[in-house]
Amino acid sequence: MNSANHKIRTSNLSRPGGDMQWCFSQVKGAIDDDVAEADIISTVEFNHTGELLATGDKGGRVVIFQQEIDNKNVPQFRSEYNVYSTFQSHEPEFDYLKSLEIEEKINKIRWLPQKNAAQFLLSTNDKTIKLWKISERDKRPEGYNLKEEDGRYRDPNTITALRVPVLIPMDLMVEASPRRVFANAHTYHINSISVNSDNETYLSADDLRVNLWNLEITDRSFNIVDIKPANMEELTEVITAAEFHPHQCNTFVYSSSKGTIRLCDMRVSALCDKHSKLFEEPENPSNRSFFSEIISSISDVKFSHNGRYMMTRDYLSVKIWDLNMESRPVETYQVHEYLRSKLCSLYENDCIFDKFECCWNGNDSVVMTGSYNNFFRMFDRGHRRDATLEASRENSKPLQVLKPRKVCTGGKRKKDEISVDSLDFNKKILHTAWHPQDNIIAVATTNNLYIFQDKVN
Amino acid sequence: MSATTAMEVNIEARRILAVSISKLYASRSQRGGLRLHRSLLLSLVMKSARDIYHSSRESDAPSEAQSPPEEPMDTSSSPELPEPQPEPLSERNSSETAVKESDSEEEDYESDTTEDKENLSPARQSRKRRGKASAAPDFLPNKRARLEPGEERYAAPVASCRVGAGESLTTLSLNQVIPAF
Repeated sequence: MNSANHKIRTSNLSRPGGDMQWCFSQVKGAIDDDVAEADIISTVEFNHTGELLATGDKGGRVVIFQQEIDNKNVPQFRSEYNVYSTFQSHEPEFDYLKSLEIEEKINKIRWLPQKNAAQFLLSTNDKTIKLWKISERDKRPEGYNLKEEDGRYRDPNTITALRVPVLIPMDLMVEASPRRVFANAHTYHINSISVNSDNETYLSADDLRVNLWNLEITDRSFNIVDIKPANMEELTEVITAAEFHPHQCNTFVYSSSKGTIRLCDMRVSALCDKHSKLFEEPENPSNRSFFSEIISSISDVKFSHNGRYMMTRDYLSVKIWDLNMESRPVETYQVHEYLRSKLCSLYENDCIFDKFECCWNGNDSVVMTGSYNNFFRMFDRGHRRDATLEASRENSKPLQVLKPRKVCTGGKRKKDEISVDSLDFNKKILHTAWHPQDNIIAVATTNNLYIFQDKVN
Repeated sequence: MSATTAMEVNIEARRILAVSISKLYASRSQRGGLRLHRSLLLSLVMKSARDIYHSSRESDAPSEAQSPPEEPMDTSSSPELPEPQPEPLSERNSSETAVKESDSEEEDYESDTTEDKENLSPARQSRKRRGKASAAPDFLPNKRARLEPGEERYAAPVASCRVGAGESLTTLSLNQVIPAF
């Protein structure tokens, strides 16, 4: 299953018997129970090597963690990540024309593959995408002719000789600077960005449109999908997520609020309103309710690393689709089916609108997604096993193995089980990320980032 | 649908309608502006709830005391209305009709119709809905519909509104949700 370009660590994902055991490694963020809204994590993303882990929050801030180099080859401590850089990516803005505030919340971060010493990432809020350059500086020049060491200018009359400034070592400084700002291309709220495998272009998607950008050009973008109806009162569906194929630079998919996914080929025409493939599973009529439309809305779509499958997340399930079969998914995993009978309450407390993300592991054998009560779920595709784990401060002793959790759906509650009515719906895990080459995962609760690694014997 | 009575379904549908309307109003003051996706989902739930509410009202119709006064109105307006059909609700819910389009269709389908002023008045050929009742339930904000240019506000007598005032506020909101963009 490994593609040629993909190095997988030999420490295997599944032991004989297919048991995965996960250990706590670190937790980042305030211990306070009183969460400041600006600190709510809104996106988590590893870079292509897994050495860097970026988070974005509601306050428009980006925090980048770096894997501790010294420990990278020490199995027990290889998932130690420390703060590398913090910067304010987006600020709140005001659209005077529409009298609307534009939130600074970071909706998505996507890393660019590394081309030189610096690292680049794209971060976006509802309206504007920015390309950030993160570079290290560990030397500074000393011995200017016209300036003193503290920066004051010298009196030219006192300069009698000329010298060449030398570079001297200094404490490592990591600087983030905005290199491009891609603005004013989206009328609606941006929900996705995706970098193309050609490393030259990327797409951004809002509720009704998908735009194609060149990373170098900020004053122009091409609209490649437009589902806005002529009469807005005829609107029946919106775009919820979009992603480029990992290898085919002409292919991308976008998901809709109706539970469909469309695959488009940019070679076919400039405007990709006509899809090449439409992935849709017929609805199970016995599951019909007031809320059927809401729960079938897809909140995330992700291609597998090998490019043969894609995964979608709707409110109650994760589905794996074979790109060659449009009629139905090849695998369906129930994340929290016990919530199906609670949809009315979840509608009233707004939880039914929560947008959960999902992710693949490095070799596409396991998928992961979040749930409520700070639970997150893993589905081992090959061994047909699944696990429910919890990210909590109580289970935060170093290298403590996470105990599988179980939700009791009715009848007698066993010890250690938790009943559906006791679940805390304010503690939701919407964002998770899996290291591209190793069994290290980052799981975001409301304002904390948990890092787990698989158990090393 | 489970084996609950039409009355329970009716109550449930009304509750969901009320919750949805208050969510819609709340979302107007949300930071970052109206979210199109969320508004669309809210309007879909409201449409479902309203359709089910009407169908459960119709199944209750013979047993309700209100129905007799409605009949004279029905016969007078029936020439104007298309043949009311027993609506295949599930099909309608899943159909891809426009929100507004289905509003108008559903209005035609009502056999227990409210004072259907649009169809009675020759000047009112528009299939657009607008405010019918000015009396709102206590639990809902006291707001009037924003009228389209050329529309007039009709003060419908409350007694003739067979469907509660909540329904009229629903119809306001559904139309206003999407065009707000």
